[in-house]
Amino acid sequence: MAQVPVSWFLSLSAVLFVLGVAGFVFRRNIITVFMSIELMLNAVNLSFVTFAYQRQAVDAHLFVFFVMVVAAAEAAVGLAIILTVFKNRATLNIDEVDSMKN
Amino acid sequence: MDVILFLIFAAIAVVAAINVVVQTHPISSAVSLIGVMGSLAVLYLLLGAEFIAAAQVIVYAGAVMVLFVFVIMLLNAGAEARVGRSFVASLLGAPVLIALLAVLAWVVERIYPRGTTVHFGGFTGGSAQAVGRALFTTYLLPFEITSILVLIAIIGAVVLARKEID
Amino acid sequence: MQLWLIPILPLAGFLINGLFGRRFSKSLVHTVAVGSVALAFAWVLKTLFGLGELHTAYSEHYFTWIQSGTFAVQCDFSVDRLTAVMLLVVTGVGSLIHIYSIGYMAHEGGYYRFFAYMNLFMFFMLTLVLAANYLVLFVGWEGVGLCSYLLIGFYFDKKFATDAGNKAFIVNRIGDFGFSLAIFYMVRHFGSLDFATVFAKAPSAPESVLTIIGLLLLVGACGKSAQLPLYVWLPDAMAGPTPVSALIHAATMVTAGVYMTARSWAIYTHAPAAMSAIAIMGIATAFFAATIGITQYDIKKVFAYSTVSQLGYMFVGVGCGAFSAGIYHLMTHAFFKALLFLGSGAVIHALSGEQDMRNMGGLRKYTPWTCWTMFCASLAIAGFPFTSGFLSKDAILLAANHSAPWIYWVGTLTAGMTAFYVFRAFFMTFFGEYRGHEHHPHEAPLSMRIPLVILAALSLGGGYLFKVPEFLRQVFPTYEVPEDTGLMLIASSAGIIGILLAYLMYVARPAIPESIAASLDGLYTLVYNKYFVDEIYGAAVVTPVVSGSRAVLWKGMDAGLIDGTVNGVGVVARGVGSVLRLMQSGNIRSYATWVAFGGVLLIVAMGIAGGLR
Repeated sequence: MAQVPVSWFLSLSAVLFVLGVAGFVFRRNIITVFMSIELMLNAVNLSFVTFAYQRQAVDAHLFVFFVMVVAAAEAAVGLAIILTVFKNRATLNIDEVDSMKN
Repeated sequence: MDVILFLIFAAIAVVAAINVVVQTHPISSAVSLIGVMGSLAVLYLLLGAEFIAAAQVIVYAGAVMVLFVFVIMLLNAGAEARVGRSFVASLLGAPVLIALLAVLAWVVERIYPRGTTVHFGGFTGGSAQAVGRALFTTYLLPFEITSILVLIAIIGAVVLARKEID
Repeated sequence: MQLWLIPILPLAGFLINGLFGRRFSKSLVHTVAVGSVALAFAWVLKTLFGLGELHTAYSEHYFTWIQSGTFAVQCDFSVDRLTAVMLLVVTGVGSLIHIYSIGYMAHEGGYYRFFAYMNLFMFFMLTLVLAANYLVLFVGWEGVGLCSYLLIGFYFDKKFATDAGNKAFIVNRIGDFGFSLAIFYMVRHFGSLDFATVFAKAPSAPESVLTIIGLLLLVGACGKSAQLPLYVWLPDAMAGPTPVSALIHAATMVTAGVYMTARSWAIYTHAPAAMSAIAIMGIATAFFAATIGITQYDIKKVFAYSTVSQLGYMFVGVGCGAFSAGIYHLMTHAFFKALLFLGSGAVIHALSGEQDMRNMGGLRKYTPWTCWTMFCASLAIAGFPFTSGFLSKDAILLAANHSAPWIYWVGTLTAGMTAFYVFRAFFMTFFGEYRGHEHHPHEAPLSMRIPLVILAALSLGGGYLFKVPEFLRQVFPTYEVPEDTGLMLIASSAGIIGILLAYLMYVARPAIPESIAASLDGLYTLVYNKYFVDEIYGAAVVTPVVSGSRAVLWKGMDAGLIDGTVNGVGVVARGVGSVLRLMQSGNIRSYATWVAFGGVLLIVAMGIAGGLR
């Protein structure tokens, strides 16, 4: 067959998403955790674009656009927070940011 | 031909994603993430989303990831240590993820057992012209609000990251 | 006719004295109190004169109290000849005792409280007497029990007084339980509690039903009128002030049981078994209490046992079918027993609180009025010929002989004992040498002497003045007993022998009592300790109930079950909270894991619920 079924794209998206979650859950470095979040967002973008193809409408592309913008803003602010945390605690270990314990 | 293209770049994306998760040094994870984004951009082109593919490369891979790399280098983050401390994560993590994957796959199969097929040129509405028209007419309000959001994010980042004036 | 004014006047007195009495002067308090009772008495007189012959009952309806389907209880008062007698006794003797209390309680604390309670008692007693159905009667019944408790425990800082109040109330409660069961059974069987309805239906009801009702009512009467086996509260009730003993425990409250059984004659005449039970219980109590009265040294306790004994006589009258004789004795007993109590109160007052007769003697020099008025009362209670007591006791004994001769003989023997112990008390108190420590025994003030004199006159002549049996002839079923002069003579001589014996033993040869007591040592100890009845009740009933309550109901149920449940809720909440708290670990990775977990659950739930096409 010369054509790719749409469900393959969605499965790819699911796999990338789960990998992102795995990174989020299992890694201890804050920056790596952030990057896993970006990975999850990308996976979701892929599924949105797939749906746009499926429905032959451009609206989903707009959604992807906005997700990207928000992800960029979030990355900026989040990294600023990491910088501040690093300045105060001199650690990038996410397990040590636990003042909310109990 | 489209199939081969898809398979190659999907494989690259998955391998790079696994690398992101597995590597100990953050800089290696960042570079692998750039690889994921690049292959995703090609997949977008396959799906006819030209504008989005361009935006992905320019904004995501070009700006956001560069920001990440800058911060990693600024903080001089080293390789990660081995010891973990989250009991819940180590216990439930793998099973939950496998369950999540299974559930998502099942959902996909439910919705699209025999869906449409994708090929180059199957969707022509993803050009910059179409996206721009939709952005500035139908989606004008979200556009404006998002721009304010970006402004807030910039201010927040500046405030958080500056040195104290003493 | 405004019958409601009769009880409401004392109630008004209670409210005024109860609410404001603390600020009143003593004279204002007793004016309000005595005035309300005297006004009630005057209103009774006016009502009775206005009602004329009273061949039929006169009733007034006030409001419907309970209305439930076909069962209704009205708040009605009614007056017939029986009610008239009771009203006169209650208000008349009540007024005299209230006047007496002015002098007696003059030096006691809580003056206004005393008069307030006495007025409240009058209200409830008059409600009881005027009631036209069993439920309103029961209201009065309970109310007088309450006032008895309040007044017995008047000196509430003394433990024996409050204990006596509790005992009176609790033992009364047992009787009230029987009464309540009788009421329930009456509602079930007759569908109504009105006297008119019940007594009209009684002749046609099955005898077993009537017997059960009669016996249950008898239980109630036993409790209120201190008969076997529920008499134990009355001697202890002497802990209250003497006017209380006179009014409540001699003249009025304890007679409520007799009144109630006499009122229910329609039930009893068709349930001969119940009537025999009444008579047997009455004579047994009379004899039993008289034996104890012989040995007591506290002057008020002697008269308390005497009251129990005389109430037994009244029940004998009722139980043998001579209802009017029982009521006749109720009236004369009110006169002479009230006088005996008031007189002993004057003696106690004269000796500043001494109640033990062993510390009295020769008081006729110091308190002549008290002495000779009590002499009149003693003659009356001993059944000395031609006193009022003689007439009423005679009527009862003749009726007893007519129905069951053995009751007559036991009754005569008891009459002899009655004469003996009353005159024993009289001689020990007023004759011989003064054995006490008080330096100035003084005569009672005028407010105390006047009622004594009036009651003395009534004790001697009241029986002739108020010929109750003729008056009540049309109320009760006809019961003609042939006059038997022989039996009358035997009964009277028993009384006279008792008087002479007492004179012999306590005036002429004072050494005899001790030698008799020594020779009959075991029997004497038994009788002196009241046959150990209180101790038996304590061990058999009171201790098991109290310790059972303490162990099971208090520790087991209240502390264990109920507190445990309530506290348990708190403990469980805390436990659940501390488990849930573990989720708040502060560890971001575990939060993420929970989120992912929740997400999976959500999608599965959506899928199951059919959210996915």
